[in-house]
Parts: sequence; structure tokens; C-alpha cells
Amino acid sequence: MPTFILPIQIFFFLFILFALSRVILRYKDGEIHLGALIFWLVIWAGASVAVFSPENTTQLARSLGIGRGVDVVIYLALTLLFYLVFRIHVLIENLETKFSQVIREISLKDTDKQAVKKT
Amino acid sequence: MKTLVILIPAYNEDSVISSVIKQLQSAIKTLKLKKTIVVINDGSTDKTANIAQQVGAKVINHPINRGYGAALQTGIEYAKRTKADYAITFDADGQHDPKDIAKVYKALKQGFDIVVGSRFLSKTNTIPFIRKVILKLGNLATFIFFGIWISDSQSGFRGFNQKAIKNIKLKTNHMEVSSELYSEVKKHRLSFTEVPISVKYTQYSLSKGQTNLNSFNVLLKLVYKLFR
Repeated sequence: MPTFILPIQIFFFLFILFALSRVILRYKDGEIHLGALIFWLVIWAGASVAVFSPENTTQLARSLGIGRGVDVVIYLALTLLFYLVFRIHVLIENLETKFSQVIREISLKDTDKQAVKKT
Repeated sequence: MKTLVILIPAYNEDSVISSVIKQLQSAIKTLKLKKTIVVINDGSTDKTANIAQQVGAKVINHPINRGYGAALQTGIEYAKRTKADYAITFDADGQHDPKDIAKVYKALKQGFDIVVGSRFLSKTNTIPFIRKVILKLGNLATFIFFGIWISDSQSGFRGFNQKAIKNIKLKTNHMEVSSELYSEVKKHRLSFTEVPISVKYTQYSLSKGQTNLNSFNVLLKLVYKLFR
């Protein structure tokens, strides 16, 4: 841990607190489930460690055979981002399917009503 | 008497839908079945629905456009709910020959669950080169993703018996449904065969079909489907 705290570390920590508050509020509102809460708590806790103890990222980098701590952070962040984008795509496709199912029901019910009217 | 529904997914086809339906009505006259031609109007903004109704087709209207796959599944759902014995899908753009309905029906009567009309089994068809390459790649993708080799996996001219109608559930909304169908074939162990069909490409039908570039989009969506 450094003996003094840099302004940039304070700025990042305040942002992390803000992000954590959003996660907790969304969980309280029932918009995210417990698994998602734990996931994001772990991510932001990890980010806090990286902000206040950057030398830990250097140790991690060395153990993985990577040169610098910041490179590890970037590789992890990119991997996580790609995975999250993929999950969002899958979610959108599932929503599209459900939406089509609703449209289908409306269309078929409407067709039934017209058939009844004619008879 | 057994029942047959002819399912025509349609989006903005008012210039050709009347002649497609009339030719179909003429072609299926001699089939000893109770026949219904059903146009699934996929949110058309032109007069497709009105014209189809005027010439005697039953019309199911999607209030908004959802894509070919969604329209196809609506048609199959209609066939399921009305307990149709057979369903045959047919393109709305005038590309298919209604006289080939008899070939597809004959194969269904022989006991196959699904019959696919293949453009490649007929030697008289002239398919544009790039379209041919993309269709062949579509066959390869169908084989890689679903383990089924078929000479025209992207054909919109297909017949289904009651077992296939009951079991098939399609989730994809767009043109990737043509390949998704074969995952259902494998899942439910449906028997299938192919029959040669004629195809007539016109400027109109080529402009209405999927663009060659859209193939990449179709491939991506098939990958997503594997992980859903």
C-alpha cells in the first residue's frame, strides 16, 4: 500500500463507490438477482484492490508470465467485456423470440375471432 | 378426408401474391384433400393482406414485421392448432412452381415426416453463381452445426406431416430458420427426403430474397443459438 494516496486513486475509488451503490440499489429493487450482486461486488472489490495496491497487480502479472500489472488488468477487462457483450446478445435474441411468440398469439387469436364472426 | 395447409409467409408481395395464390389453387385442385391456402402476412405495409384475402386465401396478420422465421412458425402453429395432416411451405415471390406441390405431397404420403424441395436436384434450374456458392455454404453450415447433410438446406419449399408439425418449434426469427429446422429434425428424429423442384429467378424474386451479405448475419445467429 502506498504511504500517500494520489488524487486519481481517490477519483477511481469514488467512482467504485458510486458503481457499488447502483448495484446494491438494483438488488434491493429486485432488478438483479443475488448471483449478479455477488458477481459485481467481486468485480468492484477487485478494482478497489487494484486502485489502492497496484503492486499486487504486478505480482499477479509476474505469476502469469505477463510483464506489467496494467497489462493483466487490461486483458482481464477485455475478456470480461467480450463475455458480457456475448451474454447481452443472447439475451436480446431470447427477448426477440419471446416478442415473436406474443405477436403470434395475438395474430392467431385475431384469426380465430374473424373466423367466429364469419360463422 | 385429410387436410393440407399451404403456408405462404409474405412481406410486401402485393405485386405477385394474387398470381401465386391463383396458380396454387389451380395446381392443387386435383389433390383429394381438404385444402387451405394460408398467407402469413408479416406486417406488410402494402396491400398484400387485402389482395390475398380477395383471391380466396386465409390470411393471418402479424401486426408488425417479425421476419421470415417468425412467420413460418406462426404458419406451423396454425397448422398445429387446426390439426392439419400436412403442411407445405411455399415462397410468396413467385420463385417456386406450384406444380411441384404434387411431388412434395407424394413423398409425404409415402411416410416421410419432412420433404424438402431441392433446387439442386433438378438439372434444369439456373441459379446465379454467387447465390449457388452461398447456398452450398449454407449446406455446409447446416452440416457443421446440426450434423445433417442436405442438398438444399435453405429451400423455402418444404412439406411436413402431422408428426413434424406437432414437434417442430422454431425460435429464430429470420432466414437462419432454414438451418435451425434441421436441429429440430435431429432432436425429434424426424425422417426426411428431398425431391427436385423448379425455381424461376426473376429480378423481382432476387431483390426480395436475402442479400448475399446477410449470410454472415445468419451464420452469427446460428452460433448464438448453440449457446442459448
